[in-house]
Amino acid sequence: MTDTTHKSAVSTPASRLTLGQVAPWLFAIAFLVLLPFVFKSNAALTIMNQMMITIVFALAYNMLLGQGGMLSFGHAVYLGFGGFMCMHIMNAVEDNGLPLPLPLLPIFGGLFGLGLATIIGSFSTRRAGTVFAMISLGIGELIAACTVIIVVLFGGEEGISGDRTYGLPVFGYEFLQQIEVYYVLGFWTVLSALLMYLFSRTPVGRMANAVRDNPERAEFLGYSARWVRFYSFCASGFFAGVAGAMVAINYEILTEQSMSATQSGVILLVAFLGGVGFFFGPIIGAIVFTLLQSVLSLYTEIWQLYLGALFLATVMFFPGGLAGVLMMHVPVARLGKFGLLVMPYIKTLLPALVSVIGVSALMEIIFHYRHAPPGDEEMTLFWVTFDSHNLLAMLIAFVVAAAGFWVAKRNSGELRNAWHAANTPDGGRA
Amino acid sequence: MNAPMSKTAVPALQLEGLRKSFGRTEIIRGVDLSIQRGELHAVIGPNGAGKSTLFNLITGRFAPTSGTVRLHGTDLAGMAPFQINRMGLSRSFQITNIFPKMTVFENVRCSLLWSQGYRYSFWNLVSRSRELNEGADEILEQINLTARRDLPAGVLSYAEQRALEIGITIAGGADVIMLDEPTAGMSHSETDYIVELIRKVTENKTLVMVEHDMGVVFGLADRISVLVYGEIIATGRPEDVRANPKVQEAYLGAALEAEH
Repeated sequence: MTDTTHKSAVSTPASRLTLGQVAPWLFAIAFLVLLPFVFKSNAALTIMNQMMITIVFALAYNMLLGQGGMLSFGHAVYLGFGGFMCMHIMNAVEDNGLPLPLPLLPIFGGLFGLGLATIIGSFSTRRAGTVFAMISLGIGELIAACTVIIVVLFGGEEGISGDRTYGLPVFGYEFLQQIEVYYVLGFWTVLSALLMYLFSRTPVGRMANAVRDNPERAEFLGYSARWVRFYSFCASGFFAGVAGAMVAINYEILTEQSMSATQSGVILLVAFLGGVGFFFGPIIGAIVFTLLQSVLSLYTEIWQLYLGALFLATVMFFPGGLAGVLMMHVPVARLGKFGLLVMPYIKTLLPALVSVIGVSALMEIIFHYRHAPPGDEEMTLFWVTFDSHNLLAMLIAFVVAAAGFWVAKRNSGELRNAWHAANTPDGGRA
Repeated sequence: MNAPMSKTAVPALQLEGLRKSFGRTEIIRGVDLSIQRGELHAVIGPNGAGKSTLFNLITGRFAPTSGTVRLHGTDLAGMAPFQINRMGLSRSFQITNIFPKMTVFENVRCSLLWSQGYRYSFWNLVSRSRELNEGADEILEQINLTARRDLPAGVLSYAEQRALEIGITIAGGADVIMLDEPTAGMSHSETDYIVELIRKVTENKTLVMVEHDMGVVFGLADRISVLVYGEIIATGRPEDVRANPKVQEAYLGAALEAEH
């Protein structure tokens, strides 16, 4: 205990808001407000709207996975339920002329999500771990199956559709245009994210972390692990419902697909890709995932293969997700040694990128070879047009992949040394 | 302290006919023990005597097969650990049991939440409570971990984690503190540090402690119970226990010779 390498932290009574706390939120608001001025097309707005829905859902999901240590395989159920109920409300407003402005719909989506989560959570949160995961899977399948059985509620296979423009205009806006919807969703995204962040700073939010780390010890501090999990679960259900309402507003339709097991799996992937250990991780995951999904799918039919590979690589090599990779660099930046990493990064990552391009070219050629209509043997890849039945093309792709891999591997030792050097304080212990 | 008065008052902890079986094996075989308020009580005994099981029975981790545990006169039967904790009993663990991914400060702050009345609040922000944060910093000061405040608890040295374990145990202000082998696996200097710490933080409190280090036991305890094969064969002041022939025969003789 005589070790003094760690500087004694000065305790700051954080009772006043600091710029550091407020700045990220102000930046996010400014960013969301200004984004449509840069990307004006309707296609871009569609992608951004989807992105915001995914952000809210992924953050809600991470209240369970990252914050509370509960692995759910059926969280789309709460999004779907909130969304379906919002479609019914939307239709009721249209039929009966109820004075409910559209932008308030997410409150109701949230309340329905919360209601369902309260019921399910009352028994599913008794245990964490495998038991919780299995219950979530079972409930997910059960309710997803109900969507095609209880037609009144979920509309069967065609789902429930409505029209968001029939409600009362709000300050003259009728939500005919995509951009108006964008700002409604943007408002709810920021508000939800802020509330979820603040939740993590409350006593029950802090105890959620404690229960995640060590449920037994938490019990010996006066907290029932089960009730701590229950409150996190309810809060998560609320925000999943908000995301469902955002789906209802944006797409004006909900189908069984919205609450399917596939959807539940996707959100797990999104959260993990972004990094469950950090509050902002799922936000990064949602942005990257939506971009890959919408942009990559324009160029290739096998985009899911790439997504799967990326996910696998994340799980195996960067369990902290993209946020974890970013945060790994904070100590380096603090030491002011980021410069040491630039060249090794270029020397390793550039060949690695070449290798990835080679592998993907190989995949695309094989896919084209197998699936192109007979006679159509010409394909274009990376602005080069060639015959996909020509063995030479495959060979070139393979050589590029192998060469890139070899160079990257050869230089990775240098990167490792540089990483070590960059993380070692000057004059400190090696 | 006011020893004569507490003698007449309700004992802090009272065990009556406590038994625990796992399958057909009886681990605790009828334990009667009364620990007065303000007493520093040590439970010693050879390996496998059932000391940790006894702790687990008292703190609600296991349910007794028969017998009763009373805390300040209240029967604890059927209560969960968190309910017992809320009644003012707090324990540490033989194997370090902290929140490894949270910072040292967070570890301590979490242990203050219930006792400061926050319950399952989702309308208070922990950073805005001066009482909470200053309380946590005070505990850190007491357990000498202020310099480690913002590190994840999992990266602390073994002795520091043990100190944190004690900090978490005492933070909630419980008046009955139970420590399960607080100095296990420590060097001499570390042991001295922990003993000083225990003495400091258990002032005016009731302490029940399982301990192997006889130096610690005889230096710290007001009374000692010797547990052998699930039964208490002797209870009394250190010098009486030391002189007890049954104890010497069963356990202490060898240990004492090694000690002196």
